[in-house]
Amino acid sequence: MNLWKKLLLGLALAMNIAAAHAAGGGIAWDKAPGKLTDQASLQNGAKIFVNYCLSCHSATFMRYNRLRDLGLNDQQIKDNLLFTSDKVGDMMKSAIDPAQAKAWFGANPPDLTLVARSRAGANGSGADYLYTLLRSYYRDPVKPTGWNNLAFPNIGMPHPLWQLQGERKPVYETREEHGHEVHAFTGRWEQVTAGAMTPQEYDTAVGDLVNFLQWMGEPAQNNRIAIGVWVLLFLLLFTLVAWRLNAAYWKDVK
Amino acid sequence: MAEFKEISPNAPLGAKVTNWFENRFPTAFAEYRKHMSEYYAPKNFNFWYFFGSLAMLVLVIQIVTGIFLVMHYKPDAGPVGGILGAPPIAFASVEYIMRDVPGGWFIRYMHSTGASAFFIVVYLHMFRGLLYGSYRKPRELVWIFGCAIFLALMAEAFMGYLLPWGQMSYWGAQVIVNLFSAIPFIGPDLALLIRGDYVVGDATLNRFFSFHVIAVPLVLIGLIVAHLLALHDVGSNNPDGIEIKKGPKGNRWSPDAPADGIPFHPYYSVHDIMGVGVFLMVFFAVVFFAPEMGGYFLEYNNFVPADPLVTPLHIAPVWYFTPFYSMLRATNGVMVNVLCAIIALGVVLAFLKCRCSMALKVGLAVAGVVAIALLKTFDAKFWGVVVMGGAVIILFFLPWLDRSPARSIRYRPDWHKWLYAVFVVWFLILMVLGIMVPGPIFATPSLAWLTNELVAMIGTLFYFGFFLLMPWWSQQGEPKPVPDRVTFKPH
Repeated sequence: MNLWKKLLLGLALAMNIAAAHAAGGGIAWDKAPGKLTDQASLQNGAKIFVNYCLSCHSATFMRYNRLRDLGLNDQQIKDNLLFTSDKVGDMMKSAIDPAQAKAWFGANPPDLTLVARSRAGANGSGADYLYTLLRSYYRDPVKPTGWNNLAFPNIGMPHPLWQLQGERKPVYETREEHGHEVHAFTGRWEQVTAGAMTPQEYDTAVGDLVNFLQWMGEPAQNNRIAIGVWVLLFLLLFTLVAWRLNAAYWKDVK
Repeated sequence: MAEFKEISPNAPLGAKVTNWFENRFPTAFAEYRKHMSEYYAPKNFNFWYFFGSLAMLVLVIQIVTGIFLVMHYKPDAGPVGGILGAPPIAFASVEYIMRDVPGGWFIRYMHSTGASAFFIVVYLHMFRGLLYGSYRKPRELVWIFGCAIFLALMAEAFMGYLLPWGQMSYWGAQVIVNLFSAIPFIGPDLALLIRGDYVVGDATLNRFFSFHVIAVPLVLIGLIVAHLLALHDVGSNNPDGIEIKKGPKGNRWSPDAPADGIPFHPYYSVHDIMGVGVFLMVFFAVVFFAPEMGGYFLEYNNFVPADPLVTPLHIAPVWYFTPFYSMLRATNGVMVNVLCAIIALGVVLAFLKCRCSMALKVGLAVAGVVAIALLKTFDAKFWGVVVMGGAVIILFFLPWLDRSPARSIRYRPDWHKWLYAVFVVWFLILMVLGIMVPGPIFATPSLAWLTNELVAMIGTLFYFGFFLLMPWWSQQGEPKPVPDRVTFKPH
């Protein structure tokens, strides 16, 4: 029935409008590299996470020993990644005192276990958001922390990786839109002071970190896709058999 | 009691075993025949007839996965370890299922995908009934049990959605329970009774858990049994809307069965298994490759633990509730005035056009004035709740609203098909509007007047107009001749 096909197409289109409408605040998101099967990248991401994020943010639902899925053994985890606890079966909890955190930043730093899932939206995946966020910091003397962010205006968190990235400044231009002059972000950045990494190295490092965050949001996801392929192949076979069985039963129904 | 049947000692072992059981439990055998091997369904079922059996399949999936989820889930709003600032235990237990329970993610995704799948198949199943007039005499009760199942399913889904205790769980429940407080006089107390607290909290979580895993499933199963028993008493309808029981008798399986009937087992059981195969491919494609389904099956914000102090910017129910939710939002002060105007117009028309007694006209006028007075007395929010509830309740009356001479859409005037298509389109538009934030739909300033609420208002009026005017429009137009026998093309 053609009518139904048209209806379905219309619905899909409408869903897109609805999704685009739900998007809000901040600049457009860049695409995160997304290398969920790249173990070296995930391991590097885990290292950056433990060194730079875990001092303030927890990953309460994540056990250290789940990092075995990234190709590490318990001893490696213990030696390289275990700073806040001494048992590999423990949850990845930060050492920060919640009361102090609130005094310093105005809010408790949110748990990051699921951040790559919860931050997804019509602009892209949660990984895209985080990849953009960590590359959109600039100095803002008005803010108490001295930092602001284009992807998350008035963010409470100061630039956590500023030693690696250095300071950057967004480049604005004045252009005309609907007859008004607007001050708009060009998408380009100007390096003010150099960081420990080159811009390319920094992007790769953030890509690895975001990759790890995305993996941590759902450690089973690679496994899930691998199993899914087999399940669907089985169901295809099952359906073929069921189809022929049905035909065999119905062939002499007149 | 059925007669004790002796069997020859030379009979094959299988026959002996069957005979042994049949002599001791004849009811099971009689029921099996009545509902399976000797239940004669019309042989011309089409694609639309898969969704009943698929709804049963999804029910089984939900019950089985639900049993395993309950083994690990903890309905507790308190913080993990009693430490202030730690995540809520309920939320943490879901993540525990997702991470530490072997195969837990699979069970949970089946359950969350199953919730949406349930509504997809039930909406399609109900639409089939609408298309082929399956609610018409003598199947009114089958339809009414079905509507009650739909209502119970909505309650089941709503309460289940609170359990993960994420932001959307929490605030969705807060918004919906608050709706009850709009009911005049008893509202605030009723909302308090439902919540068990002044805000959604641990008491709410525990009672919703109890309802979700025990009370509502029991009601659902009871209603499904009634739905099926009533169906098997009156017999299935079919795409032609012809009563096969009124047609000639006698087929290959029985001399008294309807000629156009075919034993449910094995013919429709193998047929349904084929449908199950196709359905499961779609279902598991979602479970394994897109369990969040772009934020429609699992909302992104629900991966943030419930926080009573942080209200999300945009609270939207899950997609299957949004058509009704947008009807609720559309019922504002403007809508109340529009409804008053429609009632006034109806009264005037009755006076001018109706060929009925003066007493009836006066009665109608009084009823109209009372209705307008009530509409203006109570808050629009209350009428929003009435509209939302009414949108479901009105379905119960469908058997008496439809007065078309032809039962199936196949033999109705062609423009009826278009009317049904427009109805579906409006339902889908309302669904999309309910997902979107209220306010202007497009960013263009010149289109700022075109708000979500305005379109939803038109959709709501169309939805109710479709049903309330059905006694009139379903009689219009020339029906096509209905054949004596079902149309069936051998496979």
